[in-house]
Amino acid sequence: MSLLIQYTLIFASVLILVALGGCFAEHSGVINIGLEGIMVMGALGGALAMKYLPDDTSAPIIFIAVILSAVLLGAVYSLLLAVAAINFKADQTLVGTAMNLLGVAAATVFVKAINTAEDASNVSSGIQYINAKRAFEVNIGGFQVNINYWFILVAVIALIISYVVLYKTRFGLRLIACGEHPQAADSVGINVYKMRYAGVLISGVLGGLGGIVYITAGVSEWRFEYGVAGFGFLALAVMIFGQWKPVNIALAAVLFGLFRALSNVYSGFDFLANLPVPSTVYNMLPYIVSLIVLAFTSKKSRAPKAEGIPYDKGQR
Amino acid sequence: MNERKPKRSLLDRQGIQTLIASLLCIVLGLLVGFIALLIINPGGAVKGILAIVKNFFYLPNARMQMQYFGSTLVKTAPLIMCSLSVLFAYKVGLFNIGAAGQYVMGAGASLYCALALNMPWYVCLIAAILAGGILGGISGALKAYCNVNEVISCIMLNWISLYSVNTLLAGVKESTSPYTKAVDTSNPSAMLPTLGLNQVFGNKYVTLALPLVMVVAVVIFILLEKTKLGYELKATGANRAAAKYAGMRENRNLILTMVISGGLAAMGASLFYLTGIEQWSVTQSSVPGMGFNGIAAAFLGGLNPIGAIFSSYFIQHITDGGGYVDKSMYAAQISDLISSLIIYLCGFVLFFRTFMSDRIAKRMEMRRQAALAAEEGHGKGGVE
Amino acid sequence: MAQYTVEMLHITKRFPGIIANDDITLQLKRGEIHALLGENGAGKSTLMSVLFGLYQPEEGEIRINGERVDIRDPNDANDLGIGMVHQHFKLVECFTVLDNIIMGVESTKGPFLQKAEARKRVLELSEKYGLQVDPDALVEDITVGMQQRTEILKMLYRDNDILIFDEPTAVLTPQEIDELMQIMRNLAAEGKSILFISHKLAEIMSVADRCSVLRKGKYVGTVDTKDTTAEGLSSMMVGRDVSFSVEKKPAETGEVVLEVRDMRVASKIHKNDAVRGVSFQVRRGEIVCIAGIDGNGQTELVYGLTGLEPLKGGTVSLCGKEITNASIRKRSVMGMSHIPEDRHKHGLVLDYSLEDNLVLQRYFEPEFTNRAGFMRRGNIRAYAERLIQQYDVRSGQGAATTTRSMSGGNQQKAIVAREIDKDPELLIAVQPTRGLDVGAIEYIHSQIVAQRDAGKGVLLVSLELDEVINVSDRILVMYEGEIVGEFDPKQVTVDVLGLYMAGAKREEGQP
Repeated sequence: MSLLIQYTLIFASVLILVALGGCFAEHSGVINIGLEGIMVMGALGGALAMKYLPDDTSAPIIFIAVILSAVLLGAVYSLLLAVAAINFKADQTLVGTAMNLLGVAAATVFVKAINTAEDASNVSSGIQYINAKRAFEVNIGGFQVNINYWFILVAVIALIISYVVLYKTRFGLRLIACGEHPQAADSVGINVYKMRYAGVLISGVLGGLGGIVYITAGVSEWRFEYGVAGFGFLALAVMIFGQWKPVNIALAAVLFGLFRALSNVYSGFDFLANLPVPSTVYNMLPYIVSLIVLAFTSKKSRAPKAEGIPYDKGQR
Repeated sequence: MNERKPKRSLLDRQGIQTLIASLLCIVLGLLVGFIALLIINPGGAVKGILAIVKNFFYLPNARMQMQYFGSTLVKTAPLIMCSLSVLFAYKVGLFNIGAAGQYVMGAGASLYCALALNMPWYVCLIAAILAGGILGGISGALKAYCNVNEVISCIMLNWISLYSVNTLLAGVKESTSPYTKAVDTSNPSAMLPTLGLNQVFGNKYVTLALPLVMVVAVVIFILLEKTKLGYELKATGANRAAAKYAGMRENRNLILTMVISGGLAAMGASLFYLTGIEQWSVTQSSVPGMGFNGIAAAFLGGLNPIGAIFSSYFIQHITDGGGYVDKSMYAAQISDLISSLIIYLCGFVLFFRTFMSDRIAKRMEMRRQAALAAEEGHGKGGVE
Repeated sequence: MAQYTVEMLHITKRFPGIIANDDITLQLKRGEIHALLGENGAGKSTLMSVLFGLYQPEEGEIRINGERVDIRDPNDANDLGIGMVHQHFKLVECFTVLDNIIMGVESTKGPFLQKAEARKRVLELSEKYGLQVDPDALVEDITVGMQQRTEILKMLYRDNDILIFDEPTAVLTPQEIDELMQIMRNLAAEGKSILFISHKLAEIMSVADRCSVLRKGKYVGTVDTKDTTAEGLSSMMVGRDVSFSVEKKPAETGEVVLEVRDMRVASKIHKNDAVRGVSFQVRRGEIVCIAGIDGNGQTELVYGLTGLEPLKGGTVSLCGKEITNASIRKRSVMGMSHIPEDRHKHGLVLDYSLEDNLVLQRYFEPEFTNRAGFMRRGNIRAYAERLIQQYDVRSGQGAATTTRSMSGGNQQKAIVAREIDKDPELLIAVQPTRGLDVGAIEYIHSQIVAQRDAGKGVLLVSLELDEVINVSDRILVMYEGEIVGEFDPKQVTVDVLGLYMAGAKREEGQP
């Protein structure tokens, strides 16, 4: 049971981070279908940091370095979307899709190159980071705290900051204005292009963070050719279910996290394992649930009104 | 009323602009791929990129080249189907990223019919089309009646169909491997007829599939451009509200589009697996890339069914070419990298075309003004 | 101190293929209300966008208080004290009134918004100028009038001295218009300089001190309103004399074409129904006009009639046959034509060619599609060319022109041609002249009257009171989803209609 709760919280954390990322991009007016690719890039950044940091590095430094490199790679990668969608008015779905494919392909090529360079017979696309992960394990009052708990904390902090930024700051007010009515924002002197860049970059930061959290949950090696198994899209479903509002997103993320966790740990529950359903049903569960949820929530969606529409200063 | 039609330059034609844009995407995609190779291992980069571009020309003799050309063609056939699926949906305003899942359903349905039910090939083919059509129809219906973004529903369905098909086909797999039983030994009647094409290429996998997909491409072209249905579907895609206003059944059109689109992708899978060239691994944990490459091919082909034939071949050519790079230096996925880059660059095609049209329009305008000034006979104007 | 607060001298602004402003000069005195008059497409909006920093002119200069300035974006304009109420309000609907007012000039402490102070100032300003608003209401919940007051407060909050009003009266009732005129006079009395863009002559004569006129991108002249008449302004605007009344014979009504009983249509936005038990008839040979302020259920009424939205209750009959649940196609084939309110949303597939749009309601007929389902391109082309000729639809490349590239007036003409040439029993025309110039308006009115004279029933939905009174044979006023009065256009005044439209009055006997 505790395993289920733990996995639920970890997956919920990933979903919160990535869905918040999507939320920032969409509030600025850009649809970010490429979150999946951004997650892969963030995961790559974090994994590389863990691989190359010396084993004797202190835990806080590893933690910061891992997060920073995940965030940095995610943000830089998200620029691909920003440039195409904001400056060149490209089809955002097409570009996002390309980024998802490119993320996996580039990460795989890159990691394989590293591996074969180290050992010519190693053509795996995996990175191991068992030692680095161990550095996070701390014993607080007889309670074993591992890397996952740290990341859950990160997600909670990100959630609070997102809420405050969106609803209590000047930046948030202007960002939302750009996603709702960019002409209105422009007419009061807000630079729509700049705000949209900010929105997309924040989604890169949070998506990258989500990526590293995802691959460190439970395993100590990640093979990059598998990408992140549609998690970026689950996050988009969470965002829609959460109606683009941080608190609702958090609740939705916990729900989706639960179903995702079930597919990992159902065999630990006798009554679930004994049910006459094939194990693949549990694998499918998060996707089926999200489809059903979307079917019931999309009709009355309060999506940012101008999302997906390129802003053109000349056209009013 | 009869305005003098200004002479249109060759570059002014949309088809030509698309072609130039596509070629530019290819060149840029290959260039970035080459740079990636340079970064990874400068020593082998030239050889690497040549391997990708050459594909089977890499092989020593004409007979083998022909044989491997055949193999590339065998894999091109499903890719053409996937790109037709994507472009058909896109013309109607839908982004069918679910071609991958529909492809999986097609593979599942046709292999199950072939191996478990011992059906002949045409039944397997029809079963695949139906299965893919239903899957596509689900996305279409969710979009039409529940306003669910088709991209997200398609992704979810991709995973659902992968797990379902893995489970379904686990019943017809070889006992010692995760692969499904070979079609040619288990049920020869399910093998696609070769029409003698196998002789031509010296490759037993070259079958009816190849001419059939060409025919389908032409049919799709005619359907979109010449028929009432095409007129209705494209109107629905361009402006759903206007289609409804004009009394078209816009929800039916959306669903029908996704059914056709899904059927196309699934048919592609059937035309691939019923050649026997590959067996389905029931332990695969991600959907085959064919559906996603279909997106690349569709856009690279300028969203034209005939263009899709050529672009699909190109994408498959470099994907296979990736298999010839030196594995001790580079990963075969380098060609995935290039094709995903090409998809990304295709996002800029519209901008590029508008840019080109604007330039031409400006030049025409200047020429017109110069002519006007000359006609009027005074020196005013001419230079802007 | 310079005499003029704003001087725009010899402004020229070009767009690909068109010169929107050609050597235009405009001078605004301090404390005056200066009208800018011109037809749609005369270049008024472009000129104001240049002043507001949204466009850069190719030639000419702008002086503010005698000093030459460069206005590169709305921020520069704001720094110079220029504010603008746009024709389409630039308000974020899911924000509060207060958020919309402070957006762009927010007071903050660190990164955090400080709203208390701003709220106080907004209330003070609204007191001072009589601009009543609720700062905490969401914009999507408030009336159009209050949205406009929010826009005005936005300018005042920024201490703007030069106020631009872009067609501010289009969305208001006559009474609200009077209020606005009073507000503008107050503002001018407080020393604000006002530029008032309009094509409505009565308003200009009533409120403006001076008026500058543009025509087809060129400057025509500036006159004192006390030295001229509405007719004088109108001929300056159009370049010829215009008859404002529509020539028509008395109506000869025949049998009932459209019969609506107790119609109810649900609202997309509100819990209350948008159309609440409406009953009326349209007979052959008459033009029945539904008048009302935008958003009182007219749109939904038409959606219900044409089948775009299902009814919640009641019945509709066309030529004696019930069509309450008939499909859109069925209604169309039975003889209903519909010139829709929004030509871009419903009326046209903009990416289709003109010819494909001209057959949009008939493409399935044997003339245009053969039995095998193939389009008969030759017939379509011939048909399109006949309509283009007959209805004088102008476009760059004839029938093959992409509709998107055509002017609004010609797009509308194409729709009118398509719907009238269908030879309907009932023509439903919703705001058929919106955004068109005088020539096109005259043409479309004459076509509608011709339909009536040919014995068709016409249902006209309009927001323009001039159009309502001039074109119709019978007026029904709609307010909050109900019909609150029926009038004979020859015996009613604009003021009386206004009272009914604003809900201040309703006829006895109307439900």
